[in-house]
Parts: sequence; structure tokens; C-alpha cells
Amino acid sequence: MIIEARSLTKVYELGGQTVRALDGLDVDVAEGEMLAITGPSGSGKSTLMQVIGCLDRVDGGTYKLAGEDVATLGEDRLAEIRNQRIGFVFQTFNLLPRLNALENVELPLLYAGLSHAKDRAAAALDVVGLRDRMHHAPNQMSGGQRQRVAVARALITDPAILLADEPTGNLDSKTGEEIMALFKSLNAQGRTIIIVTHEPDIAAYCRRQIHLRDGRIVQRPGTSDAPGRI
Amino acid sequence: MLFWVIVKVGIRSLMANKLRSLLAMLGIVIGVAAVIAMLAIGAGAKKQILSRIMAMGSNLLIIRPAQNQSRGVMSGTQQTLTVADAEAIAAQCEKLGIKAVAPVVSGQAQIKYLSRNTRTSVTGSSLTYLPIRAFEVETGRCFTDPEADSARRVAVIGPVTAQNLFGFNDPLNETIKIKGINFTVIGVLKAKGDQGWFNPDDQAIIPLSIAMKQMFGLDYLREIDIQAQDGKDLSVLEGEVRALLKKRHRIPETGTADFEVRNQADRIRELTDTARTFTFLLGGIASISLLVGGIGIMNIMLVTVTERTREIGVRMAIGAKRSNIRTQFLIESMIISGLGGLIGTTLGVATARLIDWLSREHPTLCPFPASVDPSSILLSVAFSAIVGVFFGWYPSRRAAAMDPVEALRYE
Repeated sequence: MIIEARSLTKVYELGGQTVRALDGLDVDVAEGEMLAITGPSGSGKSTLMQVIGCLDRVDGGTYKLAGEDVATLGEDRLAEIRNQRIGFVFQTFNLLPRLNALENVELPLLYAGLSHAKDRAAAALDVVGLRDRMHHAPNQMSGGQRQRVAVARALITDPAILLADEPTGNLDSKTGEEIMALFKSLNAQGRTIIIVTHEPDIAAYCRRQIHLRDGRIVQRPGTSDAPGRI
Repeated sequence: MLFWVIVKVGIRSLMANKLRSLLAMLGIVIGVAAVIAMLAIGAGAKKQILSRIMAMGSNLLIIRPAQNQSRGVMSGTQQTLTVADAEAIAAQCEKLGIKAVAPVVSGQAQIKYLSRNTRTSVTGSSLTYLPIRAFEVETGRCFTDPEADSARRVAVIGPVTAQNLFGFNDPLNETIKIKGINFTVIGVLKAKGDQGWFNPDDQAIIPLSIAMKQMFGLDYLREIDIQAQDGKDLSVLEGEVRALLKKRHRIPETGTADFEVRNQADRIRELTDTARTFTFLLGGIASISLLVGGIGIMNIMLVTVTERTREIGVRMAIGAKRSNIRTQFLIESMIISGLGGLIGTTLGVATARLIDWLSREHPTLCPFPASVDPSSILLSVAFSAIVGVFFGWYPSRRAAAMDPVEALRYE
């Protein structure tokens, strides 16, 4: 199991009210899986994603990434994990506006302190079919192209897990399909992919789906997944 | 590698907000320029003071009769210094480490040449006077020892006096009347420039004995100039000369002297101390503007950090450590202050040059010359870099302390 999470709890104080974004959630993800996390807004799916992506820490429970208990790791080590083992793809792409496509893709390698970053970034843009756009700034590209740049950036350090938060939310359906097809082919090459979405069409691309409600995994008719299924 | 990318990104984000970056930089530009210009004025004033003192001659002790004082009221000078005193000091030259001694009398007198006349100061002294007071003869010659001894009527005149009397004609070997006595002009002094309180270029120098006996009718000297040998401590010499004169004047060692000794080293120290205080004051005021400039940078950096919250979140998500974020914003603030420092240095040096030029071309507009000390450039550039680090520190820490989840959610 690349991800082993047991009774994850995350509590927020919001306007004097206590919100349990994660409420004793168990989930395991095997290497090479393509998993969709669905659920209504406020169900905790984004929080789960941030916890899996080592951006956020839980208040209770244990989360092991590739056998390593994340709670014991320091800030710098977490940054290294985000850099090396996890690739993020966001709904709003989150490319840095002042860098061109190539420089955006290159950035994780620079934080990793690697050389030949330019060549590798160019190769990654080639994989997502944007070699001829590498010197364009994000605002000179379409939404689909930007998201592909973001995917290239997520993949540049060859991470084990690709985390996508509503990756097609800002794209039209045709472009969304293209991005999903890209994810599918990446998964076929053995990459673990976790997609957070509220669109059933998008979730349908994934072999396994889990549904969240009030910080817990719930059974849904028509899906094979059960809470805490191993 | 990462460093250069950060610098590149920093420059780009500064370029994206050109006006804002420029305004942030302006504080530092003005601060650095002001510090450099003010220190240059201070250094220039010090140089001017030193050159004026050196124009009087170097390693000087000047002995003058003391002021008569009765019940706190000054009433003329005492008539105590004699040629014999000067000779007694001169006799001890070797022992005391004295290079030269010159007895001096002086007064104002009318000088006439044909129909022209001018009123100027007349100095009677021995031929040692010129080298002691750092005068050089431009044309002609100085009088010789036999001339001085035999009271020959010869005069060396200053260039301004020569101009006043002779216009553009050659004054050499012409006969002038000083207080009605005929003198032959044998030399013209080299110009020193007006020293403010006294113009050494407007005077006539004649042999001592003539000046004392025939011109002013004096038995007493106005001053004795002593030039110490190089390396002789002036205050030690002052003590020795005091002791010698007190003994000659039969004054007990603890008694009040009937003469006063002006020590040039003390005078230099006094004046350079004043110049230094002046420099510190100007530099201090100027560095306040550098401080204000630094606060301006901090303000802009805080705005920048808030504006780029989302960028910070993204960078953290793709693997930036907190130290990377901190470095990035620190470098950006250092670019602002460093660039500001560079522009300010250029501006400051240019201002100092302008002031210096003004002081030479239009001395009434600007009495002080300015001279840029290379160390003041180094100082202010270093200071501006420190300002960048100091005032960039807090904003960059704030950037680095952000919670990545919050930062990514920031609209």
C-alpha cells in the first residue's frame, strides 16, 4: 500500500462552530490505482486531499505514505515529499503567471536542486504535447493547455502519486475529456492517481471511487467501495 | 542554479510593478545619495581647512606677546618679545629640534608706485620667514642674509599687491615707496589664494631691521615663528620654548607667561574635530533618510507578500521549503535596495561633483568643496544592502510562515 490512513481526524473552528472535516476516516490506496474521491462540498474531500498531499496535518489518526508515518516528519522533509513523491494538479491550474510554461515546469526540479532542469522540463512538456508552446506565458494559453502544463509540472520529479483537485472544473467538457484521457494513459504507465471531483462523469474514469459525507466514507449504491475497504 | 532563477523571478516581479518598485527604490536612492554627498562635503571642508593651515606653513609654533589684562579688560599687547629672544631660540635649534626661526614685525602701510597706491600689510622678517610660512617666489628672488643684515631697502611683494600697483607691467627692479621710503622690488610671491581672514597674496615683505627701525619704529617683535623639524612633537617643543622664554623673561615656572604660544598641531586637531562633528551631523541626518527608505521597502515588501500569497502556496505545494520562500523575498528586497544603492551612489557622486564644481566656479553660491571618499561609497552601498536585509527580513519571514493550505485558498 502506498497510502495507509487510519481513523484520520481533522477539526476546524469556523465562526465558533466546530467542523469535523475528517471524522475517523480510513482509506488505503495501492500502488498503480486510479481513485476518485467524490462527495458534496463540505464533505471533507479537499481536506483529505491536502492531508494525503502532505500540505496539511491531521489532528488524530495515522497516515503512512509508502510506509513512513507522516506525523513524525519535519517541515522540510514534508516539503521534500511534496517535491519528490507527490504531484499536484489544481482546478485553477495555479501556474505562476510571471514564468513561461518551461519555467513553470522546471520549478520543482530547481527546488529539488537538480541540474539539467531545462532539458527535463522540455521533455515533460513534450509528453503532454506542448513542446511548441514552452516559451509561452500562462496567459497566452488556453485553459486546457494550462492544465497540461500543470500536469507536466506535477510529473517532472517523477512522483509516485498524482493528486488532482477538480482538474476539469475550469475546463469545457471536451478539454476535460482530453485531460482525463491524459490521466488514464499516465495511470496505464503505473502511476497512482487520485482525483477529487464532484462530477460523476469524471469519477467514472476511475476504476475505484470513494464517496465522502461529513468526513467519512459512505457506501453508495452502484459502487463497489465500502468504508475502509482494503 | 535556484539562486539565479530567484533573482530572475525577483527582477521580473519588480518589472511587473515598475512604478511601485521605483517608488520603493526612491527612498534608498535619496538616502544613499544624501549620505555620499554629505560625507563628501564634510571631507571637502576638512581638506580645505587642512590646506589653509598648510598654506600657513607646516609644523608651526607661533609665539606672540600676551594680551595686557587688568581686571578682565584687554588693553593692548604687552611689549615683551625681542629679537634677542628669537636669537636665543635660534641658538638652541639643534638641541630642540627646530628647523627655522623667524622674528616678525608687521603693520599696515601705504605703498606707492608712480601715481598708483594701495594700502596693505607690510611684514618685516628675516629670510627664513618665506620657507617657514610656505611662501614661494614666483619671479625674481628673495632677499639674502647680507641684505637683511645690512638693512638694504629691498621688498618682496605678493601677486595681488603687484597687480594693484603695476597692472600687467613687470614689477622687478622697480622702485616703490612704502610709508615714504624707497624700496626696490626684487621678487613677487607665488599666489596662495585668499584664506578668508587674511589674504597672503596682498602684502609686502621687507628685511626685519628696516621694518623695525625705519618703518614702524619698534623695539619689540609682533611674533616669532618657529618651524619644528619633521617628526618633532609640537607640544613637547612648545613646552621647551615656553620654559626657555620664561627663563629669559624671569618669570617663575608656575607664573603666568607674558607671551602666548599657538601650536599648529592643536589648531589642526581643533579644526578637524569640528569638521568631523560637522560630517557626523550631516551624515547622521542623511542616514535618517536611508532609514526612511528602508521602511518604504518594508512596506512594499509586505504588500508584495500579501499579493502573492497564492504564489507562495503553489511554491510550497510543489516542494519549496520555508527557507526557499524566505530567501526569495529577501533577495527581492535586496534587489530593490541594492539597485537603489547603486543609483543613489551615482547620484550622490554626481551631486558631490556638482558641489565641488560650484565651489570652484561660484564660491559665493557654495563655499565648501566636496571630495568623495571611496570608503564613503563602500559604506553607503554596504549600508543599503543591510537596509535591504533588515527591512526585508520581517516580510520574508511572514511569507515563509504561511500555511500552504490557507495560501492556496487565497483569492
